[in-house]
Amino acid sequence: MNYLTLIMAIPLLGAALIATLPQSKSLLAKQFALGTTLIAAVATIFMTTKFERSNTALQFVESYDWIKAFGIKYAVGVDGIALVLILMTALLTPIVVLAGWNESEGGRWSTKTFYILILVLQTMSFGVFAATDVFLFYVFFEAMLVPVYFLIGGYGSGERSAAAVKFLLYSLFGGLLMLASIIALYVLSGEQGGHTFDIEALSQLEMSSTTQNLLFLGFFIAFAIKAPLFPFHTWLPDAAKSATPGTSVLLLGVLDKVGTFGMIRYCLSIFPEASKTFTPLIITLSVISILYGAFLAIGAKDIKRLIAYTSISHFGFITLGIFAMTTQAQSGATLYMFNHGFSTAALFLVAGWMISRRGSSTIADFGGLQRVTPVMAWSFFIAGMSSLALPGLSSFVSEFLVLVGTFTRYPVAAVIATFGIVLAALYILIPVQRALHGPTEPGNENLKDLNLREKIAIAPVIAVIVVLGFYPSPALNIINPAAAQVVSQMGFTDPLPTHGGK
Amino acid sequence: MNPTNYLYVSALLFTIGAIGVVVRRNAIVVFMCIELMLNAANLSFVTFARMNGNLDGQVVAFFTMVVAACEVVVGLAIIVTIYRSRRSASVDDASLLRR
Amino acid sequence: MLVNNGLVYLIALPLFGSALLLLAGRRADRWGHLFATAMSAMSFVLGAVQFYEMLGRDAENRAVTQKLFTWISVGSFNVDAGLLLDQLSICFVLLITGVGTLIHIYSIAYMDHDKDRRRFFAYLNLFIAAMLLLVMGDSYLNLYVGWEGVGLASYLLIGFWNQKPAYATASKKAFIANRVGDMGLSFAIMIAFATMGTVSFIGVKEAAEGSSQGALTAIGLMLLLAATGKSAQFPLQAWLGDAMAGPTPVSALIHAATMVTAGVYLITRSNFIFDAAPTAQLLVVIVGAITLLFGAIIGTAKDDIKKALAASTMSQIGYMVLATGLGPVGYAFAIMHLLTHGFFKAGMFLGAGSVMHGTGDEVNMRKFGGIRHFMPVTFATFGLGYLAILGVPPFAGFYSKDKIIETAFYSGGIKGILIGSIALFGAALTAFYMTRVMILTFAGTPRYDINNPPHESSFLMLLPMGILAIGSVTSGFLLARGEALVHWLEPLFHAHEGHGPEILPPVVISLMALTVVIIGATFAWFKYGRGPVADTAPTNVSIFTRIARRDLLQDDFNESVFMRPGQALTRLIVKTDDVVVDGTVRGVAAATLGSGAALRTSQTGFVRSYAALIVIGAIALIAAIWAVTL
Repeated sequence: MNYLTLIMAIPLLGAALIATLPQSKSLLAKQFALGTTLIAAVATIFMTTKFERSNTALQFVESYDWIKAFGIKYAVGVDGIALVLILMTALLTPIVVLAGWNESEGGRWSTKTFYILILVLQTMSFGVFAATDVFLFYVFFEAMLVPVYFLIGGYGSGERSAAAVKFLLYSLFGGLLMLASIIALYVLSGEQGGHTFDIEALSQLEMSSTTQNLLFLGFFIAFAIKAPLFPFHTWLPDAAKSATPGTSVLLLGVLDKVGTFGMIRYCLSIFPEASKTFTPLIITLSVISILYGAFLAIGAKDIKRLIAYTSISHFGFITLGIFAMTTQAQSGATLYMFNHGFSTAALFLVAGWMISRRGSSTIADFGGLQRVTPVMAWSFFIAGMSSLALPGLSSFVSEFLVLVGTFTRYPVAAVIATFGIVLAALYILIPVQRALHGPTEPGNENLKDLNLREKIAIAPVIAVIVVLGFYPSPALNIINPAAAQVVSQMGFTDPLPTHGGK
Repeated sequence: MNPTNYLYVSALLFTIGAIGVVVRRNAIVVFMCIELMLNAANLSFVTFARMNGNLDGQVVAFFTMVVAACEVVVGLAIIVTIYRSRRSASVDDASLLRR
Repeated sequence: MLVNNGLVYLIALPLFGSALLLLAGRRADRWGHLFATAMSAMSFVLGAVQFYEMLGRDAENRAVTQKLFTWISVGSFNVDAGLLLDQLSICFVLLITGVGTLIHIYSIAYMDHDKDRRRFFAYLNLFIAAMLLLVMGDSYLNLYVGWEGVGLASYLLIGFWNQKPAYATASKKAFIANRVGDMGLSFAIMIAFATMGTVSFIGVKEAAEGSSQGALTAIGLMLLLAATGKSAQFPLQAWLGDAMAGPTPVSALIHAATMVTAGVYLITRSNFIFDAAPTAQLLVVIVGAITLLFGAIIGTAKDDIKKALAASTMSQIGYMVLATGLGPVGYAFAIMHLLTHGFFKAGMFLGAGSVMHGTGDEVNMRKFGGIRHFMPVTFATFGLGYLAILGVPPFAGFYSKDKIIETAFYSGGIKGILIGSIALFGAALTAFYMTRVMILTFAGTPRYDINNPPHESSFLMLLPMGILAIGSVTSGFLLARGEALVHWLEPLFHAHEGHGPEILPPVVISLMALTVVIIGATFAWFKYGRGPVADTAPTNVSIFTRIARRDLLQDDFNESVFMRPGQALTRLIVKTDDVVVDGTVRGVAAATLGSGAALRTSQTGFVRSYAALIVIGAIALIAAIWAVTL
């Protein structure tokens, strides 16, 4: 069965259906969007059950000629890494729709358009994780920017246009570097037995080390901007601050994962040698990102920017895990991507509700929310605890795997990165104290606690965070074979216990 | 007669036209100078056709004439409209694009 | 090892209680406290049953395990969610659930007027569950979950009244100091995995024998860092005093009897590492010795009854840590002191809570005085705890603390004499500050409105205090009789190695200890017991007193060395990010716009100048081509 095409088609069909609705039926548009994303989620869960965990080859493979003259194919397929990211996208989107029920109001365009954009974005997110043809990947990679651009610029708040343009141009810049590399790969493949964009075939190419390094950088910078990694991160806080909370969730939770996913799928597999060459640099940048993002978060005064900065820190852990080249770190990095999606979603959604109730996103304007709105405060607190990787919550498993896996190969980097956990305590507890604790600040006395719709939206997110914290095996079982495959393809084996030199 | 002489004439006409475009202010005159340049090019094309003994140059000359005719239609319409709104046919007065 | 699939219920019951109370919300207000108490009590019963069964087996087969499920398994990194209950864990399990249940009962009355009482009990149950996981986990990673879990519970409970900014700050401070320690535990686990390929206690124990000195020392030092964070030892001790912001039952349970002793548990549990790493072991002794003096000195200057007791806790745990650093002979005495301390310190904290309850939440001892007349039961129970902590025979502290001092003296050489003397001096200070607390609170003349005298607490509060007081009297004797605890724990340690030369007979050391205690107590009586006590702290005091009042400048140190530079660094990075990193991005954008604006001026709008430019350009092009081809 063509599961991947099916799940990509569902949101697109939903979008088409919504487009036929009359402009005035905004409630119907919301319900249609929710229904569509739920169907997509169910279909994806069903697909996950059909996935063969022990099989390391790509599964659910489909391949059709698209532009035959250039050897471009519509080719999709997933391994465990791509599958969990698709699953994450499928689960997060209905939550975003439900949580941001009224987000489209106050936008430049209609509610209808908002949900069409969200659904189109979902299709493209599926596509970008599923594509096994570099050209197809590139098309999705760039086309994703369009709905997000309109979502930020049309429905955001504050300086939304400026943030949207900054996001678009920054991403396009990276995308164009990648395009240049893709074209070079295409030309090289033509010289070595037939033009193709197939990843498998491209990873067999023989390149001089200079070529490989340059082409690697083209891909890597694009992904580093997307992820984002220090020093390419400054678009994220602006975009996250201006976007609606739901858009921010999709932006940080799904879109940014394309960067780290791309590093695994493209940088490592097509350019193994260059990856090794640049590993010291990337490890350094990752460690800097971890600490730098954390410090920025500690200094942040705006709650949405704060969450964006924490993500920079978390993405540092993910890239650290990807390039540490041990199975623990690699599995940890992928699990981190999945978990980060949910913990950031929880943080952003609750922060969004806080902001819409209070009418301000400055942390100092809140205070004493725990006494006024206990459920909302608790949700924020649990999300925060997940963000600081409290054991028992899902992020801990992934963060610790990354650290322990990195330590066996790069002890110094792991040690420095571990300081991030102290900083994490600071950047979560400071806003928790200011916003939730202390006396109830004027203006906050009459805030309303979460309503039923919001509770239904946040409950599954918190459930995932808690359950995967205690029992991560379902996710790890899917990820492990694929992650081990990545490490072994790179020619690495896990360092053996040294017994301290004896 | 040596066909090269036609080329000299063509160059001369083209130069006259170009200078006219640069130095004259009246839009009609500028316009006519452009026509002169086009026809200078036509002359060259025909000459080349003659020199090389095929018809390619002549065909291009016809193209040029058709293009010139279109240009006259659009260009004159613009000039007349500008004249109507500004009571002047000077190209220097029509510098709105600067701002 | 024996498998017992019932172990998980010890943890599951209080965890369930906590979750239910939090999820049910206000609906559970009426019965939440009772439910939580029942959960804790049932956990205690289960623990007692385990203990009874354990007694029935011979020494080698006492430990039982349970594997719940595979927790994390990636490559060679395999960690099961597994539990281990052996002779060491069971001591803690009984202490945690026993004292925990008593404090649940006490809190029913103590928190009666608080409208968030249900939430308080939910946190207490969460703490019990996390603490049990800490002592019952079968690997360092499982321990880590409990370790941070108790940190979370402690954070929530210290900040229970977090509407007061100072309390909220105190809870944050505790969490962050603990996180610094937790980092040490992370490092230890990472090093263990990298060098030994396992993180389970059994695996590490086996691998430790074949490991290099460097790796073991590194693991030991990192474990010590973890212990200093959780157990408020030097240099991560500063949070404990502020942690007294929590409700008093919390101080009794978490910040006296159980959680703060987790560091002692960790070191004792890792005995196979410390025994093989003398450097780390020496540092353990040093940390313990410093802290026991540090806490005792702070204790002498505090007027806040809870902070005085907290300082005392810090000092007493210093004794325990010191004992664990003395090698195989010390572990059992550390655990013994831990257990007796659990009784008498929890009892005294509850006594302090009772006094506060009776005086309208007054904590300043200078506002007390003569309370024994109004609260006789509290006075009696507190007094028994007082005698126990002083080490007066035959009270509990005598058996445990004397043994530690003795072992310290016997640890050999100059080092032995030095740390023995420190321990002895600490005992004198303990006698001084505890006598001071007794006199200021219970003796002398009232320094409060006599028309509104304190009232004795209700039965529900007095009952736990009474039981703990009985423990303060008897526990030492029971544990030390026939070296019961030492033999009980023997299979875990290589205790048969014995100690160094007995430089003095034990009786002499006991007499010395008793003498310094009497000196300390007498000194306190001379200073506070003879005349009236000022109801505000005197200001014309020596610099030493002032420093001691400021907690030996621990906060000043942390603020000036970590906090302010950290804040400055944060500001610097925020600024750098804005100006340099984002500035570059904005600069590129501005440069693009600027160059566009500059080039635009060449567009004059004059058709003829465009035409001229075209002509000039064409000529230049032709000339260029010409020049090249020539």
